[in-house]
Amino acid sequence: MERKIRVLVAKPGLDGHDRGAKVIARALRDAGMEVIYTGLRQTPEQIVSAAIQEDVDVVALSILSGAHNHLFPRVVELLKERGADDVLVFGGGVIPEEDIPFLKSKGIAEIFGPGTPTSKTIEFIRANVKRPLH
Amino acid sequence: MNELVRRCIEGDVRAAARLITLLENQDRDAYAALYRLKDHSGRAQIIGITGPPGAGKSTLVDKLITQFRARGLKVGVLAVDPSSPFSGGAILGDRLRMQGHATDPAVFIRSLATRGSLGGISKATHAAIRVLDAAGYDIVLVETVGVGQSEIDIVRVADTVVLVSVPGLGDDIQVIKAGIMEIGDIFVVNKADRDGADRVVRELRAMLEMQAQLRHGQTPLGGPDTLVARDPDFMHHTELVSELSHAGGEEPFIPPILKTVAETGAGVPELADTLIHHFERLLQTGELERKRRESIRYQLSRFVFDEITHLLSLPELSKVWDDLAQQVFSRTLDIYSAGMALFHSIPIQGATHEDPHA
Amino acid sequence: MTDFEKLEQEFKAWQAKVEKANEKYPERKKQFVTGSNAPVDRVYTPLDQKDFDYSSQLGLPGEFPYTRGVQPTMYRGRLWTMRQYAGFGTAEESNTRYKYLLEQGQTGLSVAFDLPTQIGYDSDHPLSEGEVGKVGVAIDSLADMEVLFDGIPLDKVSTSMTINAPAAVLLAMYVAVAEKQGVSAQALSGTIQNDILKEYIARGTYIFPPAPSMRLITNIFEYCSKQVPNWNTISISGYHIREAGATAVQEVAFTIADGIAYVEAAIKAGLDVDEFAPRLSFFFNAHNDLFEEVAKFRAARRVWAHIMRDRFGAKNPKSWMLRFHTQTGGSTLTAQQPDNNIIRVTLQALAAVLGGTQSLHTNSRDEALALPTEQAVRIALRTQQIIAYESGVAETVDPLAGSYYVESLTDRIETEVLQYIKRIDDLGGAVKAIEQGYIQQEIQDSAYAWQMDVENGERVIVGLNKFQVKENPPQGLLRVDPAVGERQKQKLAALKAGRDQKAVDSALASLRNAASSSDNLMPPILEAVRGYATLGEICSVLREEFGEYRPNVMF
Repeated sequence: MERKIRVLVAKPGLDGHDRGAKVIARALRDAGMEVIYTGLRQTPEQIVSAAIQEDVDVVALSILSGAHNHLFPRVVELLKERGADDVLVFGGGVIPEEDIPFLKSKGIAEIFGPGTPTSKTIEFIRANVKRPLH
Repeated sequence: MNELVRRCIEGDVRAAARLITLLENQDRDAYAALYRLKDHSGRAQIIGITGPPGAGKSTLVDKLITQFRARGLKVGVLAVDPSSPFSGGAILGDRLRMQGHATDPAVFIRSLATRGSLGGISKATHAAIRVLDAAGYDIVLVETVGVGQSEIDIVRVADTVVLVSVPGLGDDIQVIKAGIMEIGDIFVVNKADRDGADRVVRELRAMLEMQAQLRHGQTPLGGPDTLVARDPDFMHHTELVSELSHAGGEEPFIPPILKTVAETGAGVPELADTLIHHFERLLQTGELERKRRESIRYQLSRFVFDEITHLLSLPELSKVWDDLAQQVFSRTLDIYSAGMALFHSIPIQGATHEDPHA
Repeated sequence: MTDFEKLEQEFKAWQAKVEKANEKYPERKKQFVTGSNAPVDRVYTPLDQKDFDYSSQLGLPGEFPYTRGVQPTMYRGRLWTMRQYAGFGTAEESNTRYKYLLEQGQTGLSVAFDLPTQIGYDSDHPLSEGEVGKVGVAIDSLADMEVLFDGIPLDKVSTSMTINAPAAVLLAMYVAVAEKQGVSAQALSGTIQNDILKEYIARGTYIFPPAPSMRLITNIFEYCSKQVPNWNTISISGYHIREAGATAVQEVAFTIADGIAYVEAAIKAGLDVDEFAPRLSFFFNAHNDLFEEVAKFRAARRVWAHIMRDRFGAKNPKSWMLRFHTQTGGSTLTAQQPDNNIIRVTLQALAAVLGGTQSLHTNSRDEALALPTEQAVRIALRTQQIIAYESGVAETVDPLAGSYYVESLTDRIETEVLQYIKRIDDLGGAVKAIEQGYIQQEIQDSAYAWQMDVENGERVIVGLNKFQVKENPPQGLLRVDPAVGERQKQKLAALKAGRDQKAVDSALASLRNAASSSDNLMPPILEAVRGYATLGEICSVLREEFGEYRPNVMF
């Protein structure tokens, strides 16, 4: 039997727009995944601690405030520091296309912009989870 | 696996987290790991927090963590939320309220999905408790799903069960009607700054006194509808409870009722003290041993039951199933003799556990 | 036979004929729905308005129940205020943008603050890292506010400030800047958003728990009714509720439920309803379904008028009037083919004007990607000007009244809004409904349903799930200088070194005392602001006294 994929959905930074984060959380649940939702205003440190304790396969970050270039790389960095580099990290929100190469170079696996269907995100997770599913 | 166990015992957070994942996924190697953890567990106080939805359980757990930390204790939390019966997925949101403790190295919070279990905790909860216990957490708080009905499994894993209620949920004593009241060692009326809190306390006290008298074989004086009539499982629970938590003193024991406002933290220091005190009392009276023995018997029966269920679903039995079903259908056999035949065909050697001594 | 009976017969015959033709040439869809998923009939006739009573349902413009608008002449007297929300980076940069907008013919200012300011943190707070100046201007103290309004006479412009949890502090800073310009508080006009309930529901920039937050709000009502009489003390906002995924009905229902909670809180605090209610204002969204949006605004006015008169017994007609600002729907903009957003914004702005808005912000085409560039903002403003000066829709009042469809929509929205308000009353009011997560969950359900409709293609979004093209990434987006944070930190350090620290300490101590008493908090906040206590210092005192809000999230 395929094991459950566990995903941490977190909102780093200070913006309070969680519509996207909540929609994606529901969609992932409906796709059979276990979603840990940590809510607003999470520091990279809080996100990474939670990811490790929850032993998630994926960290999904949503941000609309524009602080992504600062906060996303920090999450990847801290995961590495704590030996958890088998966690897939991706992001979504209002993120200009020109920032994407930089974010990818920092270890963010993918950036999903406004209008991305949830089905695409689900496929992405299934195809890219780093730990074996069986 | 050995490496993982070693790191877990040393208190490595990632190792503990990974072990819990493996146990949740019913990984056979991880079951064997429990054997290696056994010498390092048994110290922690296991506290169950249960009660209806909206009672503020997660906020209460958050504030209890603060209290136990202030007393220098390491705290593990297992927060259980329901899996969707449709997709098998889950949204685990209890942690949200406790994220303030995320970066405290002496606090470990783990969300568990029920994955089909109905008793308020997940199948792996018991094993996860053992992991946190062995990893050196002094207190393990288990927050149940909180759907308000028949969440009695918590009593099988916890040393102390806190039953949380709250004024203004429409029906203040609904927990009682669900017949779950009997499992509480400590009662908390949360959101006690709201209207009606004192009424809930009074009602709880009346119910608990009546229950205590019942247990002493006295006839209660009046009171609401009998508990037995309300809940078919009631007798079963009472039996269990009187066995588990009645220390056999002369006076009927009435569990403490505390008022809290988890949002502000009011009343939580007292609750933490009461919890610690309860554990000390369990230790002194030998009650803890009794409780844990009882719990072990239950875990054992549960384990065997699950194991048999698993064996019954093995492909090599499918022909036996078909044959026996056919024979019952064609009236060659009755259901009982067919059942016995099926039971005797269970391939006990199919239980392929790693030999823990290897 | 009455006219209705005659029409009914004709209608049935026509219906039968159409159904028959339908078998051969079916309609495009089995079920037609509005932008908010409400069913839409093939045609609307007087039969849908059988009980229609002009005077009680519509009334004349400027008359109860204000369905047709709050002023008798509406835009024939004065056009709506064209107010573009703006602000980014430092106070200096934002000041330049404001002056540009005023030169371009904008008639009011609308200040966007950065997130640390909105959550009551100074620029040097660890949580402010990476956020300073990003979504709005960074304001740490009166010194920044002085720069922000430098050269802008505060008795000549009306200023709207999108600030909620720390609204009292920013209002105090505005009053203090005016003092320095020699303008009395009595002469100031503008709005603070000051709507904490929708922060809990949808927008997320809350600080304190509900009870002390409601106290701050009623303190402001009381203070302004005497000291800043032309100030709109709250802008009860449905905008963000809609952005979070609510339907049109939910937007109005939850906003009005919030409004009821504020009125009740103020009355409980001992204020007379007619003393503060005339200064209450609203803030709504405008989405693409033109008729439904127009009907939404009309229904909202009618519902509020009845609530204020009949439920709260307000006597002053100004208390009955729902005045509102509109912003076009940010969530309707697509990152794909962003030029199409200009057309969406046009439809939405048209709905707001046909719905009788008092002021309007039109979004810029590039806002699904970043903060708008100057050029994009100009097109957005020009959109309003074309509607105002070229389309002709502003030349008569409420031109869609009497449309069978629009009146039916208005009635339906009103009915459904009242059902929601009843449900929320039963839960114990908006604050309780929020604490229990009821309102949030209703919105999430709508948001999820919308997303699934879009993904199934049941709802077409041009350029997103239909009519896509290959495109190059957009060029020339506005970028906030990442050095803003550093600059702001340096300014803050210099400020703290140069101010009278004793005065600051004593002002903060008085504030703490006031917070633990039941005194109005505006005077001590104003005193602290005048002495250059920072926003973060003031909010920190209040955080210690009041605690912080923790949300209740349900799925």
